[in-house]
Amino acid sequence: MSKLNSYRTGPDETGHFGIFGGQFVAETLMPLILELNEAYEASKRDPEFARELGGLLKHYVGRESPLYFAERLTGHYGGAKIYLKREDLNHTGAHKINNCMGQILLARRMGKKRIIAETGAGQHGVATATVAARFGLKCAIYMGETDIERQKPNVFRMKLLGADVIPVKSGARTLKDAMNEALRDWVTNVEDTFYIIGTVAGPHPYPQLVRDFQKIIGEETRRQMMEAEGRLPDTLLACIGGGSNAMGLFHPFLDDESVDIIGVEAAGHGLETGKHAASLNGGRPGVLHGNRTYLLQDEDGQITEAHSISAGLDYPGIGPEHSWLHDVGRVKYVNATDQEALDAFQLCCKLEGIIPALESAHALAYLEKLAPGLPKDHLIVVNLSGRGDKDIFTVAKALGVEL
Amino acid sequence: MSETRIDRRFKALKAEGRAAFVTYVMAGDPNYQTSLEIIKGLPGAGADIIEVGLPFTDPMADGPAIQQAGLRALAAGMTLRKTLKLISEFRISDNDTPIVLMGYYNPIYSYGVDKFLVDAKANGVDGLIVVDLPSEEDAELCLPALKAGLNFIRLATPTTDDKRLPKVLANSSGFLYYVSIAGTTGAAAPKPADVAKALTRIRKTTDLPIAVGFGLRSGAQAAEIAKIADGAVVGTALVEQVALGRNDADAVKRVLALTAEISGGIRSVDKKIQDVT
Repeated sequence: MSKLNSYRTGPDETGHFGIFGGQFVAETLMPLILELNEAYEASKRDPEFARELGGLLKHYVGRESPLYFAERLTGHYGGAKIYLKREDLNHTGAHKINNCMGQILLARRMGKKRIIAETGAGQHGVATATVAARFGLKCAIYMGETDIERQKPNVFRMKLLGADVIPVKSGARTLKDAMNEALRDWVTNVEDTFYIIGTVAGPHPYPQLVRDFQKIIGEETRRQMMEAEGRLPDTLLACIGGGSNAMGLFHPFLDDESVDIIGVEAAGHGLETGKHAASLNGGRPGVLHGNRTYLLQDEDGQITEAHSISAGLDYPGIGPEHSWLHDVGRVKYVNATDQEALDAFQLCCKLEGIIPALESAHALAYLEKLAPGLPKDHLIVVNLSGRGDKDIFTVAKALGVEL
Repeated sequence: MSETRIDRRFKALKAEGRAAFVTYVMAGDPNYQTSLEIIKGLPGAGADIIEVGLPFTDPMADGPAIQQAGLRALAAGMTLRKTLKLISEFRISDNDTPIVLMGYYNPIYSYGVDKFLVDAKANGVDGLIVVDLPSEEDAELCLPALKAGLNFIRLATPTTDDKRLPKVLANSSGFLYYVSIAGTTGAAAPKPADVAKALTRIRKTTDLPIAVGFGLRSGAQAAEIAKIADGAVVGTALVEQVALGRNDADAVKRVLALTAEISGGIRSVDKKIQDVT
């Protein structure tokens, strides 16, 4: 494939990144999605929207988040210089709130009275419940029963914030099923409900608008790295479930040829076992949840269950823009197993005094393969997309520790 | 495109002066052989058009009954390939009753659109309803299907306003499926007065027959709809009978008994007389 002038112009008017993306939803939802797109386009033209969002991100979310030089991780690997983009320090403990704040302002502009969302790890659910509380809107969060079990602290947080957490009992009872159920709610409550999708997936315009609300991560990183080192980073690393933290970091750098960009998928027990969540490396293109993208599926086009120790990565799809970046070769997609993530999780705790989310630990895990072989002046940025307090029960169980 | 079994059936029913009874059952639910017996029995029990559900793991517009039906079928080994075989077996003894394949896009996309259209036509499918392909995605399957001689039946919903309606109708053929409520399949029953109002609005834009579905469970409800629409669709209530069956034979018996009851309701409405009044 010939090299493109820019990797940052997508999607096209019909919401496609190459063959990926689109608007594969039931007719009932089509008018709502078109209305959302109009409201979103109008918000981009309105300086008052940017001003209001900017103020909330600064004073409520606590942006900007630091770009922190991880001296001891750097010393441990003995190669490249490692920086961590500290999205874990945001209010609610992850990057998810950047997007939720943007979407709830859209919901208010559209006069919607009720917010729904799906959640896997609970980070997006907590962020959604938080902004709904902040603006006094009713909120229902769909969460698979399996995830409710493994993310109890976040379930209680959402309840404290006034949200209804609705257990989803279909399928494997994880993120995919929560998204099905949220879509069914939306089809039923078309008049007053706004669906805050948590990742760069779903029907157009969601992949675009979630990316746009998350790209502040990369924009800040760019500025901060120029201040710290006087130049751009050489490598970016981020974990990928749906891919919103990765897209937020990557997008502002896509046209900088000198920057290597690497996304880390969850390999679960290992790609060869079939128990993983690596849609790009272990799936093929298909249509689910409103978009065409790489999916884990069987021969008949039935969606198969993903597996990851990290609830936030436990999804059989991926955002359509990632599928496109994979196919055109701009971003390299690798993977890390449950065990590798667990090891990296503990290493980060011990060396940096930072408990990372299990999701982010997948990105950290790839440092072991990458950092030692690189020169000492090579600059790596890892997106530390969330903090791991929510994961301590899962990690304890995996380590055979009883709490 | 040339006349399909669907076109012929609606024409014949119009001449006869009654509304069409459109039944929906899931292919392979609870297993291949039983669902074949159900489908074979439907025309005799009063079904005019059969929608055959194509099982999918993630039916985002369906309520619990049809979700469960799909999962039962998948658990029993149903696939798109076997669904087409099921329809071809039905065609051996029935060459007139229109068959509409209804489901979601991914199994079709995975099978390959071109190959699917050839095989669907060859196995006796007359029309397609693909829930997650709105008119915005017509190039995917709708236009190739029309070219292959299959009707592409579109859903219109309470959220489809006058501005959008022409776009929805643009490449529709066979009939228009009016989804009477905003919701998933099997949800609350529609108010006939609201439906009548919507149909009057839609008929200003199209001459296609309009079948109304979602939430119809009994002969009496279907009769109300038959008075105002060209067809009434019943799915969830039939699929629930499969789940209630004590065994395979009982499932067949239950589905066909309910079909006969609802058919009685629809046939009690003489639209010729109504047209005069």
